Amino acid sequence: MVELLWLVPALPLAGFVILVLAGRRMGEPAAGWIATLMVTASFVVSCVAFVGLVGLEDHVFVQTLFTWIPAGDFLVDIGLYLDPLSGVMILFITGISALIHLYSIGYMHGDANFSKFFIYLNLFVFSMLVLVLGDNLLLTFLGWEGVGACSYFLISFWFTKPANASAGKKAFVTNRIGDWGFLVGIFMVFFTFGSLNYSDFLPEAGGLAQTTATFIAVMLFIGAIGKSAQLPLSVWLPDAMAGPTPVSALIHAATMVTAGVYLLSRINPIIAVSADWVPMLIAWTGAITALLAATVAVAQNDIKKVLAYSTVEMLGFMFMGVGIGAYWTAIFLMVVHAFFKALLFLCAGSVIHGMHENQDMRVMGGLRVLMPVTFLAYLAGWFSLAGIPPFSGFFGKDEVLTYAFQENKALWVVGVIAAFLTAVYIGRQAFMVFFGEERWPQYIARLGTATPAMVEATAAADEAAIAAEEAADEGGFDEVDDVEFHPVPEGFRPHESPWLMTLPLVVLAVLSVVGGLLNLPFPKSMHYLEKWLEPVFEGSAVKLELSSGTIVGLLVFSTVVALIGTAFAAAVWLRGRIDARRFQPALFVNAWYYDSALSRFVAGPGTDAFESTASFDRTVIDGAVNGVGGVATRAGQALRQTQSGYVRRYALGIGIGSLLILAFMFTRVVG
Amino acid sequence: MSLSILAQTPLLTEQIPTPVVSWPALLPLIVMALGGLLLLTFASLFGRRVGTPFFTWWTVMTGLIAFGTAVPLWAQVQGWDRRVLWWNPEQTPAGAFSTVGGAFGIDGFSVLLTMLIALAVAVCALVMAGTSERDGERHVEGPALLILSATGAMVMVGANDLIVLFLGLEVLSLAVYVLAAMNLRRVQSQEAGLKYFVLGAFSSAFFLYGIALVYGGTGSTSLVNITGFLADNLLLGSSSVLVLLGIALMVAGLAFKVAAVPFHSWSPDVYDGAPTSSVAFMASVVKIAAFAGMVRVLVVGFDTFAADWRPILQVLAVLSLVGGALVALVQTNVKRLLAYSSISHAGFILLGVEAASDTGTRAVLVYLVAYTFLVIGSFAVVSIVGRSGDGMHSLDSYRGLGRVSPALAGTFTILLLAQAGVPFTSGFYAKFYAVIAAVDAQSAWLAVVAMLSAVIAAYLYLRLVVTMWFVAPGDQTPAPGLPIPATTGVALVVCVAVTLFIGITPGPLTSVVDEAPPVVVEPPVEQVADAPGLDGLPPGLLDALGGGGAGGQDPLTVDPGGAGTPAGGAP
Repeated sequence: MVELLWLVPALPLAGFVILVLAGRRMGEPAAGWIATLMVTASFVVSCVAFVGLVGLEDHVFVQTLFTWIPAGDFLVDIGLYLDPLSGVMILFITGISALIHLYSIGYMHGDANFSKFFIYLNLFVFSMLVLVLGDNLLLTFLGWEGVGACSYFLISFWFTKPANASAGKKAFVTNRIGDWGFLVGIFMVFFTFGSLNYSDFLPEAGGLAQTTATFIAVMLFIGAIGKSAQLPLSVWLPDAMAGPTPVSALIHAATMVTAGVYLLSRINPIIAVSADWVPMLIAWTGAITALLAATVAVAQNDIKKVLAYSTVEMLGFMFMGVGIGAYWTAIFLMVVHAFFKALLFLCAGSVIHGMHENQDMRVMGGLRVLMPVTFLAYLAGWFSLAGIPPFSGFFGKDEVLTYAFQENKALWVVGVIAAFLTAVYIGRQAFMVFFGEERWPQYIARLGTATPAMVEATAAADEAAIAAEEAADEGGFDEVDDVEFHPVPEGFRPHESPWLMTLPLVVLAVLSVVGGLLNLPFPKSMHYLEKWLEPVFEGSAVKLELSSGTIVGLLVFSTVVALIGTAFAAAVWLRGRIDARRFQPALFVNAWYYDSALSRFVAGPGTDAFESTASFDRTVIDGAVNGVGGVATRAGQALRQTQSGYVRRYALGIGIGSLLILAFMFTRVVG
Repeated sequence: MSLSILAQTPLLTEQIPTPVVSWPALLPLIVMALGGLLLLTFASLFGRRVGTPFFTWWTVMTGLIAFGTAVPLWAQVQGWDRRVLWWNPEQTPAGAFSTVGGAFGIDGFSVLLTMLIALAVAVCALVMAGTSERDGERHVEGPALLILSATGAMVMVGANDLIVLFLGLEVLSLAVYVLAAMNLRRVQSQEAGLKYFVLGAFSSAFFLYGIALVYGGTGSTSLVNITGFLADNLLLGSSSVLVLLGIALMVAGLAFKVAAVPFHSWSPDVYDGAPTSSVAFMASVVKIAAFAGMVRVLVVGFDTFAADWRPILQVLAVLSLVGGALVALVQTNVKRLLAYSSISHAGFILLGVEAASDTGTRAVLVYLVAYTFLVIGSFAVVSIVGRSGDGMHSLDSYRGLGRVSPALAGTFTILLLAQAGVPFTSGFYAKFYAVIAAVDAQSAWLAVVAMLSAVIAAYLYLRLVVTMWFVAPGDQTPAPGLPIPATTGVALVVCVAVTLFIGITPGPLTSVVDEAPPVVVEPPVEQVADAPGLDGLPPGLLDALGGGGAGGQDPLTVDPGGAGTPAGGAP
């Protein structure tokens, strides 16, 4: 059974090839169905392979397909490595991908590039599976670059809008920094172990010198923070929301961004032997990222931006889990987060769809009546993210916090504050979107409805108008507001989405509710996931040694924090007891000015630095290159003169050449 | 069956030793030779009725059948334990062997290259069909000459005897001279044919004189005997003069065929003038055969003199690498540009030969496989852009091709990037292994030169790519709707597929190449034992007829098993 493993990545690849060849001809919706079918089949095969893996004695299965790069000692195989970790990964990747493919058929309805979208999606799923299933670092890197490439394409999918294209570029540039670290790490691994295969070098990691291990771990950590949008490389993820919403759900929430966490979990034996400050660095990077992202999420008005910062925050929690040595909690949180964050994004997509492409939460309100299915599904995602028991997010996040409490109290405090803010910002979103009065009629009244012809023409003017209105209305802090208002046609009312979109919502909602069953804190016999992953992290993971009473106390405490946060959000944004503006300082709205400071740096001293580099490049490097080029061209011109076209000249050349060779041979004879 | 049966005929009163021939081993050759001759016969009988599509079909089928007949040979050489077509492991011993009295060697090297040549003929025929259909030149000579020329090439890759090598070279060359002059409407084509012929004859003379000198120095033209002689006798000082001068002249002759600087001067003129589809063949099959000959003669036959011929090849390699790339920079005609670039490629392959090692030979094979499809594909694109009359080859014809015909421009881009050695294309691994071979052979400086010249060459490929995609179409650019003949399209798909396949997974190719070392195997031992009366014969005659081959006295003991007996034997 487990031998079918190769089909798992092969099926999405087949879908990709089919769609490249015939996607345009198939058109809508056939192309979407083919893509969905392939990924669903891949999910089924994953289940089969997983069952097969459970049946194996040592829970490890390596399938070498063929030798990829044979070059002396440097031998890289195309091989798949299925162990408890990658087994869990492929299950949720293919499962969630299948649901989001289905959703996309409805969401991308009517898009001019319908089949192209699914080409990218299938290629993405293939790359992601290569990333997690690859049996060596190079293959993982290949998948890493593949998912990155798909991500840039899909962020810029509606590339006609300059903002989307620049968001794609931003993601690309930021990820290059991370990729540099990853590549250096790969070289270092090869020089140290002479192999890139996990099954070769991971068991030998214990004998590594501490400095080497530290270097490798830090380099791969740099790769991980690039892909998983941790500070200081976090800027690209919020902008990446420019892509279609299913992309945000699949790539920028559920799967690709967790690749960094996967990578660090995979190399856990190396982290275990590296210097003590490396795990601490990982944990604190995660904690600080989580805290900052949570504060920013409280002040965003774009429905997707809130979720984007929330994703950055949750990834921070996962890094925290990795850093404190509780790897399995990171994986647990990764899985349940994939459920509920994909769900939240898809709900947001459904809302955006119903609101005629408007993403500004300030024009929504009261949608629970008009979009009942979306609302009910959203509830599950909301309570999960807020951390209210018994929803899955509660268990996922709380395991990380429990371990943090045991290992490092300061980390735990930061985590709890972030958790509180989580309950606040997601409550805020819920109340702004689904509760309260219906605010969109006012906006329509103020801005007017648009005939289709006006839509294009007035988009820019409307945006300016909104910005001006709000600047007057709310006193100053909205200067950076970039949420665009899409004029709506006459007689507009938000509407529920078609079943293609609501069905995945329902499935994900159920998963978000019951996902905690994977690993309940009590009784011990319910620690399924922890036990299953144990062999992967053996020797490098910490053990939970807290008494049951403490654990229960922490659970209760977390529940109370989540409830207070939700109640607080209700008080501010539902009842309006406290002025909301006090909790949305410009600092948070502007994401701690990190992005703009970066832009300012790049525009100011950065540009100067680049300018001087560029002028060095122009004068010295280009000069050298052009000089070489000039010399080469002149040499070419000179040599060309020998090409006279006369046979006698050519024969002379051949004769002289032969004579020279003969003369040389004579010297050999004499010497 | 064996030729030795002829010895039974009562007419032969004197006993002439006839070599034992393993006919299955010669099947690819026979298929090709018969295919060419039958095609001419058919065409002269039914030429009016059948036409180009039939000629093309016939040529492609001949190539594919020749390929098929080489498969059991590969199985035999590799010693597969399963029956493959008519090869039965239980009846015939496995491993490399030689036949026709040791004049023709069947080893991994020759079988692999035979297969490559067979495929190249098929692909070239498809390209040729596209242009001849377009230009209304429906003659049969083109396809027939392709097949016959390739027969010569197949003789060369298996030649274990210098005379046989020369025979193959001439069969190959004579057909190619005519192919170069095939376009009757362009005077440049005839000029090219004549130039190629005169200079080719000139260099063949050098080659033949080299063989004569080697015979004088070693007493044999058979590589089997030469290697044996050199192993037994240490040639020092003046006793080696004949051999060394012979090697020098043979190197000159082969360097002409591979167009290595300074023996290259014919190639830009000939590539420019000859019909583009013929150039695709010249640039691929002729080079395969010439490099195969070079490896057989130098690396296998005269490896004891490696210290003497390696410096020569090093100089040739450097001159070709740098000279080819430099002069290509200033070309404004795409065919000339590709001619110089193929000179530069020859420099890379020379690195592999120069290494005089297994690694080097493997690099030569990888490069030849990758390069064959690259160069055929590139010239196939050129043949399309050349349009009716095959004359539009200036760089201006490629301005804005990306907008006019994205598919064609995209294909050409892939092939050019591969020629530049960009990763994920076959060109990358070809260059990679050549450089590795040079480094392994302690000629790191050559590797540095090669990589620098690759940088220079990259510029010219990228210049073409830029011209196609980032320059607005000019008045020489083909009009939109440039027709791509179906057969040429198939050839292009094959070339691009091979290029990308090797680029993405070189594993299958390298594992095949690892199993294909060239070896010189003596003819079966028991036959030498069975021919005691041959000792008195002059060695040269013996070699030509198959030195140490079977005597004709008792064919039943020599050839007991009927078909395909004389085979096997370890080196």
